Amino acid sequence: MKLNVNGKTRTVKAHPMKRLLDVLREDCGLTGTKEGCGEGECGACTVLIDGVPVDSCIVPAVHAEGCKVITIEGATATRTGRALQNAFVTHGGAQCGICTPGMILAAAPLPPGASLDQIKTALAGNLCRCTGYPAIFRSVRSALKGKAGRAVRR
Amino acid sequence: VPFAADALALERPRSLEQALAMLAADPALAPMAGCTDVYVGLHFGTVPQRRFIDLWGLDELRGIRADGEVLRIGALTTYAEIIRSKLASKRVPMLIAASREIGGAQIQNRGTLGGNIANASPAGDTLPVLAAAGARIVLRSHTGARAVPFESFYTGYRASVRRPDELIVAVEIPRVDGRQWWRKVGTRRAQAISKIMMAAVRGETVRIAYGSVAPTVVLATRTAGVLSAGGSLADARRALRSEIAPIDDVRSTGEYRRQVAANLLEQFWHETD
Repeated sequence: MKLNVNGKTRTVKAHPMKRLLDVLREDCGLTGTKEGCGEGECGACTVLIDGVPVDSCIVPAVHAEGCKVITIEGATATRTGRALQNAFVTHGGAQCGICTPGMILAAAPLPPGASLDQIKTALAGNLCRCTGYPAIFRSVRSALKGKAGRAVRR
Repeated sequence: VPFAADALALERPRSLEQALAMLAADPALAPMAGCTDVYVGLHFGTVPQRRFIDLWGLDELRGIRADGEVLRIGALTTYAEIIRSKLASKRVPMLIAASREIGGAQIQNRGTLGGNIANASPAGDTLPVLAAAGARIVLRSHTGARAVPFESFYTGYRASVRRPDELIVAVEIPRVDGRQWWRKVGTRRAQAISKIMMAAVRGETVRIAYGSVAPTVVLATRTAGVLSAGGSLADARRALRSEIAPIDDVRSTGEYRRQVAANLLEQFWHETD
């Protein structure tokens, strides 16, 4: 299978029905994508296929063939991705970190200046068990406002 | 790795014709598309099939178009595509409302309308909408096509009239006259399997459908008949009790569902007044 991951074309020898999640982690060595529930409930394994967020634990790898896949490793190489990453650090949006790559990728397609409602809808498929959601929403909101990285004094 | 992909076989037809020929030759092939149900089943070992036919690439089964008064939605159309469709939102706003409450964005980007029908869960979120709208399911096989009225599509728990050599290719929704209403009750707004849901249309006649209250979606024709004929809500509630048969399961008790079904009926009636 030929996959385009983070802008790089890779040829992987894997069964077409192998989970995209496993192909990314095992065959591509990109372990930034996390497995949470394995059943499309938690969003930890979110990646973008042609710019669209999907749960890679319930996507057969063959469905990514001929598409552009972006994982967290690729997302944080972009401006929006880096802004999101910095904002999660600044605003305490990450604690254990398992949900963070998925949160960032689910938020990545949001338009600049997205409303809290838009953010909540975009992240509805992503569960966090540590911080709760307010810190995550603050992080995303601030990144999309272009305030990422600026320290917030309390 | 939860399941061994190497033990699975996958056919990848390039066209609907080819898919139908493959199914005619080998009806044991299990169709898969967005995989939001199939892969969960594989993960938990509840999908017994080992040989699959991948429909995801068949673009001819995607899209929403108007055929005069009939809205035709291709079976591979995703919930995200339905939500974005101006045509669907004008004609069947209750389908948009139902689609928005399915999973989260990741599921809406992959799950398909045809898959929701084929999976045949009593908790399938779009199914009460299709029942209330009087939709028809279009089936194709190598030898021909047929359109089955939604109310005669399911024959029992997770069972339908679809033959193994047939594929669901589209859903046809006739013109819906009257105010449309939808509500899903779950433990949270996103990512929750329904405890109960109701879709209804209030026009010259009333149509009411419930999900998760019986082995299949229920078109509550007697309840709707009471209201259509100008009967009281109390009479309608009594009719409803005889039309649904909810069970206790991990999500709810049968008694809770009975009560909520009646409450939803009242809410619908007041809100569409």
